[in-house]
Amino acid sequence: MSLLIKGGRVVDPANGLDAVSDVLVAGGSIVKVGRGLRAPDVTEVVDATGKVVCPGLIDIHVHFREPGYEYKETIATGTRAAAAGGFTAVACMANTLPVNDNRSVTDYVLAKARVEGVVRVYPIGAVTRGLKGQELAEMAELAEAGCVAFSDDGNCVMNAEIYRRAMEYALPFGTPIISHAEDEHLAHSGAMHEGLVSTELGLLGQPWAAEDVMVARDILLAELTGAHVHIAHISTAGSVRLVREGKARGVRVTAEVTPHHLLLTDEAVRDYDPNTKVAPPLRTKRDVEAVLEGLLDGTIDCIATDHAPHALSEKEGAFGECANGVVGLETAVPLLLDRLVRAGRMDLPTLVQRLSPGPARLLNLPGGSLAQGAPADITVLDLERAWTVEPGKFRSRARNTPFAGFTGLGAPVMTIVGGTVVTA
Amino acid sequence: MRKMGMTVTVAGPPTLIPPACQEMGVKVSHRLEEAIAHADVIMMLRLQHERMTGGFIPSLREYSRVWGLGLDRLKHCRPDVLIMHPGPVNRGVEISPEVADSPYSVILDQVTNGVAVRMAVLYLLAGGKAA
Repeated sequence: MSLLIKGGRVVDPANGLDAVSDVLVAGGSIVKVGRGLRAPDVTEVVDATGKVVCPGLIDIHVHFREPGYEYKETIATGTRAAAAGGFTAVACMANTLPVNDNRSVTDYVLAKARVEGVVRVYPIGAVTRGLKGQELAEMAELAEAGCVAFSDDGNCVMNAEIYRRAMEYALPFGTPIISHAEDEHLAHSGAMHEGLVSTELGLLGQPWAAEDVMVARDILLAELTGAHVHIAHISTAGSVRLVREGKARGVRVTAEVTPHHLLLTDEAVRDYDPNTKVAPPLRTKRDVEAVLEGLLDGTIDCIATDHAPHALSEKEGAFGECANGVVGLETAVPLLLDRLVRAGRMDLPTLVQRLSPGPARLLNLPGGSLAQGAPADITVLDLERAWTVEPGKFRSRARNTPFAGFTGLGAPVMTIVGGTVVTA
Repeated sequence: MRKMGMTVTVAGPPTLIPPACQEMGVKVSHRLEEAIAHADVIMMLRLQHERMTGGFIPSLREYSRVWGLGLDRLKHCRPDVLIMHPGPVNRGVEISPEVADSPYSVILDQVTNGVAVRMAVLYLLAGGKAA
């Protein structure tokens, strides 16, 4: 089984490559990247003229809801959404039912992914049993079973002592602790960002400080323990500043930002659309500018979607009461190609870096590179492809996107995992 | 109110002041005497039960003493001041019965008009025609 991708613009930031080239793949690995490659016995040839060929994109923050919430999403539907969105690998959060806090759940997720999945699935284990924040999950066994990181995402571990012990305990595994930084007392039950818009809408807001105080705490705990702390879905100007300072002082802190926090502000909440309700909430223009600046200067290491599917019934009703979260796998890359790259706010190699080698390095995953011998995980992009976000056509089981009706240019057109085309 | 040309000051303990309301063009005061000194109209608001128990204020007793509008505080006001309140009134909490029932008060007119305005809004929203 071999594959030759001919004539595309190969963007491979890990190897400093941005040039028209061919990519030859065999046995699930990259054989060679170069001009005028010939392989007489090649099984399949893809003409990528005019398109971009890059290492497979990786989303380290998704919720596939299986086991337990299959009515929202499954590993089968979630991985198909990922493939359609140009992602060759995803990392799944632990807030399933039961919680991924013991190896039998990790085994189940991996078995499901092997049989029903179409992209690589990496489980993330819980930090504490049942995500309750009280006692450590069996992290050694979880790491042994294949968990690539630990997180109580969805909940913030409010007890700093427990969190300190989790960071210390995880040191031998070389896996990061991923922080959902949200002080639950300060956040209270605020349904959106606290500010002028929340006051005008009459909705209870939560202040930026609910995030920043926890980012500050977690950076200090990383410094104390020597652990690698990764800040999930960073959204405020203050958090970006704290991470930048932490990195400058040599603390092992990294961060991710979502497409919705890069592209939307709390102004989007004005029509009370429940699909604009996310945790952390959409912030102000100043915050949006700060997270983009952080992404450009490398303070923020990668983009992750926080793909959070919900059933329609959970997104209906009053804004204050409906579920938090939006889906992102099928909209992320088109939106980023149009609103950042085409708009001239970020160059393509930087975007690819933040979507492929960036996240791969962060979780020590294979991939993120087109070097010889690397897994043949490849995404092909067409920068001229016109698109409209139509939730009814999602491969995901869920429809909860704030971007319905958005249009633009540039989209993934082919996703290749281990040398096999999983969507075209 | 701003649209109708009013100059608006909101006053209360900082925990109860809506976030970012200065950006809407209103002044914020943390001293009741200062806020009411030159006002043409004082609109008191009911302290909601969830605000009483949600940790926004230490006690009703203290709130009433610091922020309640009693006769003694009326001495600082203009002689032709109008006292309003959308109701229902927590008598003795944000406003004393003596002030609520004083000649300065137009609370009962306000509440009566409020019913008529609500009726009109519901009628129009339900598809009724403006006369």
